[in-house]
Amino acid sequence: MNSHLRWRKFVSGFMLTMTGVCAFVAVSVLFFILGYLVFHGGTSVSWNFFTKLPAPVGESGGGMANAIVGSAKLLLLASLIGVPVGFFGAIYLAEFSGGTTAFVIRYAADLLNGVPSIVIGIFAYGLLVLPFKHFSTVAGGFALGLMMIPVTLRSTEEFLRGVPRALREAAMALGASKWKTVATVIVPAAYRGILTAVLLAFARVAGETAPLLFTAFGNRFWSLGWDQPTASLPVMIFTYAIAPYEDWHRQAWAAGLVLLGLILVINIIARSILSRGIAVPRT
Amino acid sequence: MHASVRPAVSVNIPPTATGAANRETSAALSMRMTISKVNFFYATKQVLFDINLGIAVNKVTALIGPSGCGKSTLLRTLNRMHETVRNARLEGEILLDGQDILAQDVTALRRRVGMVFQRPNPFPKSIFDNVAYGLRINGSKVPLAEAVEKSLRHAALWDEVKDHLHKSAYELSGGQQQRLCIARALAVEPEVLLLDEPCSALDPISTAKIEELLVQLKDLCTIVTVTHNMQQAARISDFTAFLLIGQLIEFSPTPQLFTTPADPRTEAYITGRFG
Repeated sequence: MNSHLRWRKFVSGFMLTMTGVCAFVAVSVLFFILGYLVFHGGTSVSWNFFTKLPAPVGESGGGMANAIVGSAKLLLLASLIGVPVGFFGAIYLAEFSGGTTAFVIRYAADLLNGVPSIVIGIFAYGLLVLPFKHFSTVAGGFALGLMMIPVTLRSTEEFLRGVPRALREAAMALGASKWKTVATVIVPAAYRGILTAVLLAFARVAGETAPLLFTAFGNRFWSLGWDQPTASLPVMIFTYAIAPYEDWHRQAWAAGLVLLGLILVINIIARSILSRGIAVPRT
Repeated sequence: MHASVRPAVSVNIPPTATGAANRETSAALSMRMTISKVNFFYATKQVLFDINLGIAVNKVTALIGPSGCGKSTLLRTLNRMHETVRNARLEGEILLDGQDILAQDVTALRRRVGMVFQRPNPFPKSIFDNVAYGLRINGSKVPLAEAVEKSLRHAALWDEVKDHLHKSAYELSGGQQQRLCIARALAVEPEVLLLDEPCSALDPISTAKIEELLVQLKDLCTIVTVTHNMQQAARISDFTAFLLIGQLIEFSPTPQLFTTPADPRTEAYITGRFG
């Protein structure tokens, strides 16, 4: 009996340590990446980095202002496509469709989610680059937007479904129509989750490189308007990292750091918005 | 428990006391709702069999019976909440003030027949917004603040919440939340208020408050409540309907049903021999 108890205590302690170590590893990866980026790129993040255009080959210095603005434009466009389509699609999926229709939509969204990003890039290339004979911000934003749709759709759907049935019934028993119930009770009750879903989708496409290579392409200068090739942080990282110049390598690290930093800042802002309002308590 | 009960009950119940009670009550009182020949099915499974029942104006009618007897289903047909369930099918006729509810616009019907559920289900909004919800979605022109205060007073909650109307409804206790749900239902001034075991998730003190409240509220509207607590039915209701596996066994004035039940099954149930 005693030895059995000792064994149980040992197993319990062992498992507890294991879970703790795994949790620590999961978190430390983030800090390791962050530290690595700071170590290699920290010195290159300067005021110039945010305000100057890339320096011509051979000259040191310069910045990535055009890539930062380019990424912002691409992500804005991607969000304008991905968020509304994903959000309203999820409302239809969660609230108004059933049976076969829902199954088909869900399955198609999961497949779209699994399509390699480079294939999405080729699709956007064929649709928006070839016919116009030049790369553009629009094509890049479109490709990223397509990638946002399934992520937003499926996770928003899950959060809408998670709204307790009791709340729906309460609204309907007060004479609310289905649409009123969705707009005034279900979406407000799920909005934290939905915003988190949108953020995840956003953060995911913010770092996408492959679909931009032959849609937004790249640009060493400012890209005016929406129909010109544009620089973006991920493509800049790619180009600079494979170049044979020591200075470019440092700038690539710095670009990685800035990209991560920007996503972090957006996350923090969104989470501070999230903490307002009234959440449905977990039961 | 059920296994011992089921075989003893035949499907074809003779219209014993049921019809008599119905006639007796309808002669003396005016009816807010009349349920006639209602059969109800979930897909192919029939859960209500030929229910005939009158709901008297400004009285409390209690539906009692063991779990699964169909009392909640019957209640939910009265404001057509059963339609939210796939494959649910209703046969028969339910009249509200002489008009067939099945022929009416369902959202208009639910404004006239409000409902309070088993567990308190306030919206993730402030106390004020919860009560104002029904008025807002119906585009009501009445001043909101007054209407909210009136409803909260009717629900005996005003004094407890008047100083923090803009706090989250979830900061209230369970009993307060349930009274908030009652206030929310009352705000649209329904003619009938349906309550589906409104106290089953509450402590005894909260339960007592709600029971007291219901008795007061019958001046305001007609009340139908489902309960599996027989003492509660006896305390608060004017009429009691006893259901058993989808059949209405007995429907009488409450004192009569609990003191001199006409049907042996009613007697067996209220004396605690099953259920």
